Amino acid sequence: MSEPKFNNSLVRWIDHRLPIFTFMHHEMHEYPTPKNLNYWWNFGSLAGIVLVIMIMSGIVLAMHYTAHVDHAFQSVERIMRDVNYGWLVRYIHANGASFFFIVVYIHIFRGLYYGSYKAPRELLWMLGVVILILMMATAFMGYVLPWGQMSFWGATVITNLFSAIPLVGESIVTLLWGGFSVDNPTLNRFYALHYLLPFVIVGVVVLHIVALHRFGSNNPLGIDVRGNQDTISFHPYYTVKDAFGLGVFLILLSAVVFFLPNSMGHPDNYIPANPMVTPAHIVPEWYFLPFYAILRAVPDKLFGVLAMFAAIGVLFILPWLDRSPVRSATFRPIYKIMFWVFLVDCVALTWLGAKPAEGIYVVLSRLCTAYYFFHFIILLPALSIFETPKSLPKSISKPVLDPDGGGGGMIAVPAAPREKA
Amino acid sequence: MVSAKVIRGFLFASVCFLVSNGAVKAAGGVPVPQQDWTFSGVFGTFDRGELQRGFQVYKEVCAGCHSLNYISFRNLTDLGFKEEEIKVIAKEYEVEDGPNNDGDMFTRTAIPSDTWPAPYPNDNAARAGNNGALPPDLSLMVDARVGGADYLYALLSGYHEAPEGQEVAEGMYYNAYYPGHQIAMPSPLVDDGVEYGDGTKATINQQARDVSAFLAWATEPNMEQRKRMGVKVLIFLIVMTGLFYVSKRRIWADVH
Repeated sequence: MSEPKFNNSLVRWIDHRLPIFTFMHHEMHEYPTPKNLNYWWNFGSLAGIVLVIMIMSGIVLAMHYTAHVDHAFQSVERIMRDVNYGWLVRYIHANGASFFFIVVYIHIFRGLYYGSYKAPRELLWMLGVVILILMMATAFMGYVLPWGQMSFWGATVITNLFSAIPLVGESIVTLLWGGFSVDNPTLNRFYALHYLLPFVIVGVVVLHIVALHRFGSNNPLGIDVRGNQDTISFHPYYTVKDAFGLGVFLILLSAVVFFLPNSMGHPDNYIPANPMVTPAHIVPEWYFLPFYAILRAVPDKLFGVLAMFAAIGVLFILPWLDRSPVRSATFRPIYKIMFWVFLVDCVALTWLGAKPAEGIYVVLSRLCTAYYFFHFIILLPALSIFETPKSLPKSISKPVLDPDGGGGGMIAVPAAPREKA
Repeated sequence: MVSAKVIRGFLFASVCFLVSNGAVKAAGGVPVPQQDWTFSGVFGTFDRGELQRGFQVYKEVCAGCHSLNYISFRNLTDLGFKEEEIKVIAKEYEVEDGPNNDGDMFTRTAIPSDTWPAPYPNDNAARAGNNGALPPDLSLMVDARVGGADYLYALLSGYHEAPEGQEVAEGMYYNAYYPGHQIAMPSPLVDDGVEYGDGTKATINQQARDVSAFLAWATEPNMEQRKRMGVKVLIFLIVMTGLFYVSKRRIWADVH
């Protein structure tokens, strides 16, 4: 780890007193990164950039938005029609939310496939789950702000879930609403929290990155970095690779923002909220659909709510459910198949969440929900015991299998934290 | 790069999935025939003649019951009207203003900055005048209905005799495309119900088409600007991403 040399005397003067340039050099420039990361590793930095896009567009929207039941819908339309480029900012923000979830879900499934949640990265993973939960809360409250029909009825349905909690449920719902139904106080507190939570997310993202930089990125082989020959500096190698990935992402986002801006929203949200008229189907945003399907799959309200929260909560204890010492699915023949089965299960739940809760959909929802928990609670612990992993390569630089067949594939040397200069 | 292809494929597939979920079928589950609109597609623009005819249909037919709250007279420049013409159109209407210095509300002729005057002072008055049904505001109709302009066209041209066995309640009308097939709005369009200035024959289908296009504009007056900008942005991003890709290949050339 080299001490950076700065040519600019002002930079040297500042850095001597406040070593921010040295810090940036270590963590963003020199930061040793496994050289074998594939494009699935782009989604972490991408998620960070999308968060910034969301906060920037959101602050501009907040300058023109009015959080009042009588004016919210109108103020959004004013943004769309009369604010200069307001339509652009709002479409970026609304579709950016969907893309944020696409990026984060890919990021999570990448972690699942390559075992990125395993020691020593358990806290890194758990902080990620915290970010996901905060994102969901933020997105949910953001969807309420335009005060359309789906805003209002989505808020009514979701906040009502808390009434399933025994004893204090009703009080909690009253507290969330600030009254006895979803109304102006609800809109105001949701707006306040929708503005607050993204900055809480930024804080947790910082912790997420601190935890990441402790041991560095996992990699497609899932084996530890053995030395300098296995790593390259973050800059320019991964900055340019992330820039390319960002370009591809922006092309896709722009295609939707400019040509299909309402494709991910619900037409009912262009109807002003009306507490007297219930929409035919109350459907949450697509990124909540798998959890919505799990909620509806359980016949009992309380247990449905518990199952929905458990579906996310189970991710917290994932590092202790999957005890296999091998990280990457590349070397876990059974897990590799079960990963794809699990992915299909999640896609099926997303699809089922959008379907009415009747007939065959109920049966399928229950099966898929049962499988979701089976995967985590039964399959992963069992695989840790019964699965025989393939032998692991000796190092990232020499991805050659052990000549004598290896077997077991245990990692001999425990991961070491990055040395700090 | 295989994985890059996979990423793009996955994202494209998810976008397609979401898009395909949105269109084609109206809320009632009746498939809505797709129309060939000038404003659909990447390079779509509004046909000014069609918009002006549609505006005439709105003004002479729909406006009797339906408000258009988010459109101001000044917005009509988008339709190709000159400022002088808009002032003349606005002068046909009286709006309430005030209070004046004596504290009284007064009426005056409309000016271009006024929003389109609503036919009823409030929802209750609208219901009272329409057999209990509330004629919705039309400013956002195309985005607020599954199927958009296709649905509006199908609805407005979809009034027929109710088929055998279809119950139609008192004061309701049969419509093939309305969810539940019973709509409180009587067929608003009749052949030659308006007289087009440009000589176009005002059949029901022609009027339905024109007013649907007009409402597509009213829903999103910035659509043309959005698409024009989108083409430029995409060209820029594709070039930029190409440069990033070349840079990436060069920088990574020495990594083995």
